Amino acid sequence: MSRLTVPKTYKLYVGGKFPRSESGRTYEVTTPKGAFLANAAQGSRKDARDAVVAARSAVSGWSGATGYNRGQVLYRIAELLEGRRAQFVDEIVQSEGVSAAGAAVDAAIDVWVWYAGWADKYAQVSGTANPVSGPYFNLSVPEPTGVVAAIAPQQRKGASLLGLAAVVAPVILTGNTVVVVANELAPLSAISLGEVLATSDVPGGVVNILTGSPAEMAPWLAAHADVNALDLAGAGDLEWVDLQIAAAETLTRVLQPEPGIPSPSLDRIGAFVEIKTVWHTKAML
Amino acid sequence: MGFLEYAPAPESAAILNLKSEYGLFIDGEFVDGRGEVFDTISPATEEVIASLAQADEKDVDRAVAAARRSYEKVWSRMSGSDRGKYLFRIARLVQERSRELAVAEALDNGKPIRETRDVDVPLVAAWFFYYAGWADKLEYAGLGPNPRSLGVAAQVIPWNFPLLMLAWKIAPALAAGNTVVIKPAETTSLTAMLFAEILQQAELPPGVVNIVTGPGSTGQALVTHGDVNKVAFTGSTGVGRMIARSVAGTSKKLTLELGGKAANIVFDDAPMDQAIEGIVNGIFFNQGHVCCAGSRLLVQENVHDEVIDRLKQRLSTLRMGDPLDKNTDIGAINSAAQLERIRTLSDVGEEEGAERWTADCVIPDKGFWFAPTIFTQVSPAHRIAREEIFGPVLSVITFRTPAEAIAKANNTPYGLSAGIWTEKGSRMLALADQLRAGVIWANTFNRFDPSSPFGGYKESGYGREGGRHGLAAYLESSGWDAAGSSSASRAVTSGAPKTSAPKNSAPKKQRKATQKAVAK
Repeated sequence: MSRLTVPKTYKLYVGGKFPRSESGRTYEVTTPKGAFLANAAQGSRKDARDAVVAARSAVSGWSGATGYNRGQVLYRIAELLEGRRAQFVDEIVQSEGVSAAGAAVDAAIDVWVWYAGWADKYAQVSGTANPVSGPYFNLSVPEPTGVVAAIAPQQRKGASLLGLAAVVAPVILTGNTVVVVANELAPLSAISLGEVLATSDVPGGVVNILTGSPAEMAPWLAAHADVNALDLAGAGDLEWVDLQIAAAETLTRVLQPEPGIPSPSLDRIGAFVEIKTVWHTKAML
Repeated sequence: MGFLEYAPAPESAAILNLKSEYGLFIDGEFVDGRGEVFDTISPATEEVIASLAQADEKDVDRAVAAARRSYEKVWSRMSGSDRGKYLFRIARLVQERSRELAVAEALDNGKPIRETRDVDVPLVAAWFFYYAGWADKLEYAGLGPNPRSLGVAAQVIPWNFPLLMLAWKIAPALAAGNTVVIKPAETTSLTAMLFAEILQQAELPPGVVNIVTGPGSTGQALVTHGDVNKVAFTGSTGVGRMIARSVAGTSKKLTLELGGKAANIVFDDAPMDQAIEGIVNGIFFNQGHVCCAGSRLLVQENVHDEVIDRLKQRLSTLRMGDPLDKNTDIGAINSAAQLERIRTLSDVGEEEGAERWTADCVIPDKGFWFAPTIFTQVSPAHRIAREEIFGPVLSVITFRTPAEAIAKANNTPYGLSAGIWTEKGSRMLALADQLRAGVIWANTFNRFDPSSPFGGYKESGYGREGGRHGLAAYLESSGWDAAGSSSASRAVTSGAPKTSAPKNSAPKKQRKATQKAVAK
């Protein structure tokens, strides 16, 4: 007499929508022991490019929002994660094969909260008023670099939700948009995070989540001329040197792989901003 | 003598006490290079000034080894305040010998003495003075409570501001506690040799600064050297790409200051007298050999004719000629090769349909010269509107609305600088926000200061030189996360402690990367 469950179809999250891969491909997501969990979309080169287009078109709106606004949106993500805590715990327990996942979800939520608070403060600690030798009002301020492509941490355990937060939050808080390749083996919580983002007032295109093979999609993202920065956080097991070489073609900024999950840090925020210095003459009365 | 004619007022090259031959400066001494000796000439007369040593791979090796030794044994152990005192000494010596340096720079580079005397050399002293004071205050640089130096810095600089670029590179590197191997440009190494003498007078410990002269191959050997921790390059975007490829996969920290194609935007309500001077300064300063030059003039359509007329009038008053003459406004083009590039692109401008106007200047018989040139009727698709000419050539494009100005200004892979001329403050601020460039000049142009960060967006490179941000290029952050964040970082750290990961995996990947980069 047990009720027949209604399993979710896991798709990509691109431009605020949930498309299937244009390639029509899926791959099986399993538990560490090999039991079937879901069919996830296997993103293609075209999906990666579509995601970059979506990310680019979201840059002007998102970077033009106030820091206070972006901070509230990021905090809202934390709120919604908290509300769907049980779902994320379930997904992580199943796909990572761990017995408890409450701490991992809590940590991910706290990462979002930590970065949310920086949105209206980062410019104050990284900007400067420059005492130049002359009658000029001179200020340096950080600006988002634009579109960032990121490879989320790929280890099977402990990374699926937390790893995504650790790479996405520091990128978008300053006004960048991101195309992120999710954890390949445990992608389910990434797509569920997409559902959270879609209902957290994050404008469509600000975060684009691709599932599938990082090895397949990363080269196209690294070489893409409309990608301003490349976060290789989870690319340690890929041919990441090739990715960095490809990125050099258009002087794309590159953050090299890190083992584990990147800690929340100002350095990560700073890796994806440009410092703009403006000189205003103050000698023309 | 007619209007605008002046009696010559040349500075004398006789005040210089030049040697006929200069070696490499390694470990505090001038030594012979293994490569073929080459001449440095005056681009204004094509006469040989001195001969210089050429460093090959083994020489570079020797220089890097000297830098490494002095880093480990002396410089990294010295107190910040003592490092600062050496830099203060250097700043003072530059000031004391400023006349000599200004003359040597004008002679070797071809730029007018008015600029070397009033811009280049004073800024060199200012740069050392500014960073000297940072040396014992690094914990305030915004990089955590205990930032660390990187080690040996490999630095390659261009020919347009030889001594100034050297100062931009060396001052922050030394203040932060690194040692340096620097390669000046092939055509403009003379003042670096004088600078080496200044280092001897300052009694800077041997090996802290090493200077290797030579062509591009010397620079390549330097930036690809396995024992350097930092690469800093100023020059063309093409070479910048090559360097970015060659350091891929290594732990070398890289900063690149590359080309530009800056928009200088003039609105109809601009303060016109200042704007005309600003346009002239923007593109004809230093013969246009400026990466941040305002080479695209974006002028509002309704004032186009007035601006162009006044520009032509103003340019007709500029005096081209002997760089050592204190009346000279426009000096010589730095090299025959650069002159050829300027000519070629200017010809392309005409072929593509732009209208050319060239100031009526007497071109000297010898040397490399190019008279100030303006192209009107330029379309954003023309090569002269897209490619960096690096010469005294201005491409004029019109716009009607601020939105159009922004779109056209940003329509370039470069993003180094931009200028805005308007009396309307709110418009100026709105534009400054929208322009994708690292340095914006509002109602001014081509201003530089050691306290002011300089560097580009997009394909103009990354990293900043100058100011507090310039220190970040030569320091490793000690991290803020440990003390700064709350439960988030604890939770994360317990799972996976943050280490300097790429470094651990670098050596085995590094060889591979270098091979690949060379293969390309």
